Amino acid sequence: MTTARATGSTSAEHTDIVVIGSGFGGAITAYHLAAGGAKVVVLERGPWVPSDEFDHGFELGTSSTRIFDFVAGDGMSVLGGNCVGGGSVVYFATMPRAPHFVFERQGSIGRRMWPSAITRDALEPWYDRVAEALPISHQTWERVPYPGGLWAAACNHAGRTANLPNVAIDTSLCTNCNWMMAGCRFDAKRSLLLNYLPAAVSHGAEIRPLHEVQKISKADDMYRVHYNVIDDEDYRETTGSGVIDAKIVIVAAGAGATPVILQRSEAELGKMPHGVGRYFSGNGERLNTAVIDEDKAREVLGLSRPDGRAYEANQIGRGPTVVTWDHVDGSLPEYSRFALEQLYFPPGLGTILAQAPGVEGRHGWFGPEKKEMLRHWKSWLTIFILAEDDNEGVFGPPPPTGNAVRISQQMLGRGALAYEPTANTLHCWAQADAEIKDILERDGLARVRPWTNDLVGAYTVHPLSSCRIGDDPATSALDHRHELRDHPGIFVTDGSAVPCALTVNPALTIAALAERAIPGIVLAAQERGIPVKYGAPAPDGATSAARAVSSLVPSLVAR
Amino acid sequence: MTLEAFADTFVPGEKRSPDDVAVAGAAAGPGAVEAGAIKLLETPATGVADGLDDVVSTLNDHANSYAAEHGISLDDAVPAFVALDYEHRSALMRALTAPDHPEKEFWILTALFCFMAFDTAAHMDTVQAMEAGHPGLQMMGFAKPDPDGLWRFPDFSYGRQLSRPHPDTTPNGDPA
Repeated sequence: MTTARATGSTSAEHTDIVVIGSGFGGAITAYHLAAGGAKVVVLERGPWVPSDEFDHGFELGTSSTRIFDFVAGDGMSVLGGNCVGGGSVVYFATMPRAPHFVFERQGSIGRRMWPSAITRDALEPWYDRVAEALPISHQTWERVPYPGGLWAAACNHAGRTANLPNVAIDTSLCTNCNWMMAGCRFDAKRSLLLNYLPAAVSHGAEIRPLHEVQKISKADDMYRVHYNVIDDEDYRETTGSGVIDAKIVIVAAGAGATPVILQRSEAELGKMPHGVGRYFSGNGERLNTAVIDEDKAREVLGLSRPDGRAYEANQIGRGPTVVTWDHVDGSLPEYSRFALEQLYFPPGLGTILAQAPGVEGRHGWFGPEKKEMLRHWKSWLTIFILAEDDNEGVFGPPPPTGNAVRISQQMLGRGALAYEPTANTLHCWAQADAEIKDILERDGLARVRPWTNDLVGAYTVHPLSSCRIGDDPATSALDHRHELRDHPGIFVTDGSAVPCALTVNPALTIAALAERAIPGIVLAAQERGIPVKYGAPAPDGATSAARAVSSLVPSLVAR
Repeated sequence: MTLEAFADTFVPGEKRSPDDVAVAGAAAGPGAVEAGAIKLLETPATGVADGLDDVVSTLNDHANSYAAEHGISLDDAVPAFVALDYEHRSALMRALTAPDHPEKEFWILTALFCFMAFDTAAHMDTVQAMEAGHPGLQMMGFAKPDPDGLWRFPDFSYGRQLSRPHPDTTPNGDPA
């Protein structure tokens, strides 16, 4: 609910709090602030797509392009959500907690990158809140899809361990269709559309899809948020524009967009902290694809399906289900720690960059050998590296609108992110590639190659750190309460706030940090006269995790 | 014809007829051209449809330069890129998509849709593409959907523990 107010010659809408983006950082803050009594408006650049419009299909214009974004940069391409619910709608819902050592990482700045107030132990109660809210559940071996099983068996054969990470999936509803990047048709994936967002709406939050925020300016004692309204089919087209004033602004547009909005706001808001648009991390991500020798899978690993096939199951499953954490080990030096996770990527994005095994140099991504590799697509096994990179990404000047110059009607755009991997990052990737090769080529089980980085640079589905928290103003844009330095009342709560690569899937950590930021945001809102309280239960009313954090609140509001 | 030869370079196919000059015949079975690459490239939603004339003229300019550089005489009866044999078409595309080539993004973007025509049939409804026996999806062994047009895999798991977990895993199932 919003009202109009006179502001000079124009009449602007105003509300208590504007939230930019509706992924984890936006949905969680919108829920708590609305439940606490604030008037909240959420501006989301993408469409609001109900479950029955999540398509099983690749045709341009179906949900696979409506809700998904691929922004190519200079040396790094970023894949992300573009819809109400953000990344939670398109992601694979793998929800491990980040290991202890990650919080001690120094990267290249010569000091701990995380704020002193945040460790794994300090974050546990906030992880618990998210786990209760989504909810997050354990997997069982009885329901692990074939590709995960194959990866586990290969790891075991090579003397490695393999784990079943926790997931935000109700596996009893899951059909293992592997269309989850186009949204879950069966509501098995516990996206934000099933918990925080409907709860926020029930408390009066207003969500406006296809509203792409361009910049923030000042309007008297409030912030003014400027947005364009995007055409619902051709995202290159703008159908309108407007402004809305608010006392508090939460920027949670994703690590590929949040810094761009802030950069574009600098002319009117004043100088941005140095960390805005710098220290971007791709979460150290990289992929390898193996072509499994079916006979060897049977002979070496002893695998067999009911119909007699050993594997041929690349298409079956729900993204990543099995991971080896052998190198997620704090006793190893920085830039040698990584997780190796079995993954499914649908054809298109999941096939073009794969390189045919046995072809030397840069020649493996197209041609007869690549076609032959595609002929064996059912026997592919793709392994996802989540490693330590060097926060080397930097955003150039913002494009005219949004965070990219859109090329296609949907999905494809060209952004301003530049990323040149340092020797540290390359070293970590090389070790991970070698480890995958050692596991999968043992005894002739498979032939494996990394995806090429020559075409679209490196790539990430987990952009991080482009506006990060920290104690050092020179290397962090936000304080530990997620408030933008020198711009009181603007908070950033998405993946851009995470200081560094995590060596695991980051969604749960992003969400836990957002939960942890709420008490500080509530205090800032109260100081501006907004009648809001902290203390909402989980979206479904559960209270045990909420009670557990109540004693922590005083420490979180200290500046 | 130039666009067909371009698409055929990325996912090559067998010649559609003995006098097919656009498809080089570098691989058995249908390739990107028969999978619908030109149709996808001409779809306005891609954002490249308006620039296809530029693709053709620029590519043929590059082919002429390439031929001159390598002392290759081209058949004037067909566009220059089409006149190159598969190995030379392939070498030229490797050069144009190399990390340091100034036109790299343009060529990669256009190539992207040639791949997508083959391995996703992005110009078609996927269920209809499966029913029509789309050559790319068929060759890859993409599974058929249920009668309601949705995919389900009731046979999905080996159903048994296949590895031991990391010894430092927390009781909650997370890395330590």
